[in-house]
Amino acid sequence: MKTTALLSTAALTICLSLGLGGCKEDRLTVKQTGYRGLGMVQINETAALDAITARNQPPDPIDPVEKSGTPSSQVYQNVKVLGDLDSNELMRLMTAITQWVAPEQGCNYCHNPENLASDDLYTKVVARRMIQMTQHINADWTKHVDGVGVTCYTCHRGHPVPANLWFSNSVAEAHGFFGYSPDAKNHPGSLIGLASLQNDPFTKLLDYSQEIRVIGNTALPQEPERPSIKQTELTYGLMMHISKALGVNCTFCHNSRSFFAWDQSTPQRATAWYGIRMVRDLNHNFLEPLKASFPPERLGAGGDVPKINCATCHQGESKPLNGASMIKDFPELAVVGK
Amino acid sequence: MAEYQNIFTQVQVRTAHEFEAALPVGALPREGKPFLSYWLGKIGDAQVGPIYLGWSGVVSLIFGFIAFEIIGLNMWASVNWSPIQFARQLPWLALEPPSPKYGIHIPPMSEGGWWLLAGFFLTLSILIWWARIYIRAREMRMGTHVAWAFAAAIWLYLVLGFIRPLMMGSWSEAVPFGIFPHLDWTAAFSIRYGNLFYNPFHMLSIVFLYGSTLLFAMHAATILAVSRFGGEREIEQAVDRGTAAERAALFWRWTMGFNATMESIHRWAWWFAVLCPLTGGIGILLTGTVVDNWYLWAIKHGVAPAYPHIFPIVPDPALTQ
Repeated sequence: MKTTALLSTAALTICLSLGLGGCKEDRLTVKQTGYRGLGMVQINETAALDAITARNQPPDPIDPVEKSGTPSSQVYQNVKVLGDLDSNELMRLMTAITQWVAPEQGCNYCHNPENLASDDLYTKVVARRMIQMTQHINADWTKHVDGVGVTCYTCHRGHPVPANLWFSNSVAEAHGFFGYSPDAKNHPGSLIGLASLQNDPFTKLLDYSQEIRVIGNTALPQEPERPSIKQTELTYGLMMHISKALGVNCTFCHNSRSFFAWDQSTPQRATAWYGIRMVRDLNHNFLEPLKASFPPERLGAGGDVPKINCATCHQGESKPLNGASMIKDFPELAVVGK
Repeated sequence: MAEYQNIFTQVQVRTAHEFEAALPVGALPREGKPFLSYWLGKIGDAQVGPIYLGWSGVVSLIFGFIAFEIIGLNMWASVNWSPIQFARQLPWLALEPPSPKYGIHIPPMSEGGWWLLAGFFLTLSILIWWARIYIRAREMRMGTHVAWAFAAAIWLYLVLGFIRPLMMGSWSEAVPFGIFPHLDWTAAFSIRYGNLFYNPFHMLSIVFLYGSTLLFAMHAATILAVSRFGGEREIEQAVDRGTAAERAALFWRWTMGFNATMESIHRWAWWFAVLCPLTGGIGILLTGTVVDNWYLWAIKHGVAPAYPHIFPIVPDPALTQ
C-alpha cells in the first residue's frame, strides 16, 4: 500500500514537471513598456512574432530610372493625376504598381491593351482614385503615417483585392421574431478577436462619425444622456479589432487602470486616434464614392463598397511591413497631385 | 475508528432508507423511490431521493423551464436554426436585452421583448424557489439561514437585471443571457464606468469573496484535522468542548493569537458569503447612478495613487484639433 502510494506520488511529480516543461520562458516575448507594477507590458508568442515578421517583408526595391525630361502628360493621354511626373518615372511607377497589385494579371488588369489611355476597365478608374488616396494619406495624414508612409503594397501585398476588407453587416442584422442580434452581436467575431461583442463595430464607428468615447469625464454623472453599455460594447469591439490588427495588447496605447485618461496613456494612443480619423476619411471620401464604379461582385451582400479598417494596412503589426519606409523611393506618392 | 485523512469521504452510513418527517396534510407527496449509491456515497450521503417538490418546486421548475426555453430558442434562431452552428457557437450566443432607444418601455418581441419575458419568468422562478427553501426550512423547524443566504445572491441578480436598469431608465443596461456575452458585458461595464476596481464596494465584495474561500479552507482543514478526536461533532462541541475543539482552538491561538469557536466559525463563514453579493450589489447599484467614473472618483478621494510618468504626456488630440 505504502509502496503504491509512493510510486504514484513519484509518477505524478514527474508528469507535472514534464507538463511544466512546456512553459519555457522563451516561448513568450515579454517587453515592459511602462512604470513597473502597472502591467504596461507587451506579451507576444515568440514563434508567432517571427512568423508575422516573415510574412510582412517589404517588397523588392525598384531601381531608379533616368529622367526623360518630359512630363508624362505630354507623352501619354488621359493622365489625370500624375501628369506632372516625368514620363520615365511614370513608367517606373506603373511597373511598381503592377508588382504591388497585380503581379499575375499584369498591365491588362487595369489597362485595355488596345488603348492604354482608355478608362474602359473599372479597375483603371478605381486604381486612379487609389493613387489619389495614397497621395492624400502620405501628404495629409502625416500624424498617422509620418516618416514611413504607404504605397499600394501596404494594403495589396501582391493581390488585386487586399486581404483585409470589411462590408457592413446590415443584411446579417435582419432577423425574425426570434434571435435579436443587433450589429451581429453574440457570435464569434473573427474581426474583433473572437469576442461575442457586436461583430460589426465598423459600420457605426468607422464609416460614420459616431462617438467612440464612452467613459465619463467627471467622477459624478453630469449629463442626463450618457453613453450606454451597448455603445460601450461597440467601442470595445473596435478596440479588440485594433489590438488584433496591430498585434498588440490594450496597454500598447492605454494604461488599463484608466482607459480614458490621456495623461495615463502612451503616445501611440494619439497615433491611433489619427488613424481612426484617417480610416473614416478614406472610407467616406475615397471608397464610398467608388460605389458606381465597382461591379456587383466587388460589393458586399448589402450592396456596399469594400471598406478598410486597421488590419487592411497593419496586418498584425504595429508598424506595417516591419516599419520599412515605403515612400522614400516614390516621392510622387507623397504629394497630392492635380 | 473512521479515517478522515483522505480526499474522499471514508464513512458511508448504510441503513434502512430515511423517510424524514411527516408532511403536512394536503401537501404533495415526495417523489421517487430512494436507493443507495456507493459512488455518490464517496462525496455525500449514499441515499439518493426521495425529493420533495411541493407546489413551489413544481411552479418554480415550470417557470424556470419557460425562461430556459425562451433563451435557448432565441439563441438557436440567431444561428438560423442550424443545430451544428448552435453547438459550435453556444458559448457566444445570447438573448440580448433591448436597445437603449426603448428605455424602460416594453420593446417589440423581436427587439428585446423576449429578453424581458425570459427575465420575468426566470425572476419568478427564482423567487418561488426561494419561497420553497424558506417553507421547507420552516417545515423542518430549522432556522431560515439558507433562505437568507440565497436572498443575498438574489439581491445581486435583481440589482444587475432589474433594479439598476430601472434606476438608469433603460433595460439596455442589463446583462445579456449568454455565456461569453455576460462576461463581455462585465468587462464593458467596468470600462464604461472608469474601472470598477476603484469602486470601494467592489473592493469589499472581493474581500468577502476571497475571504470566504480562505475561511472555508481554514475551517474544513481544521475540522478534518481534529476528526480523529471527534471534531466533526461541532454543534455539540459549541457548548461542550471536547479535546478536538480544544486542540483546534489551541492550534489557531498559537499560530495567530486568536481563534474562532465551534459556533462562531459558522457565523464568520455565513456572513462572509452573504456579504459578498450584498456589498457587490451595492457597488453595482451606485455605478452609473451615483458615480460615473470610479477612477476619477478615486483620484478625487485620494484612493488611486499616482505613478511616475515614463512617456511624454500626449494631450488629447480632440482638444487640440
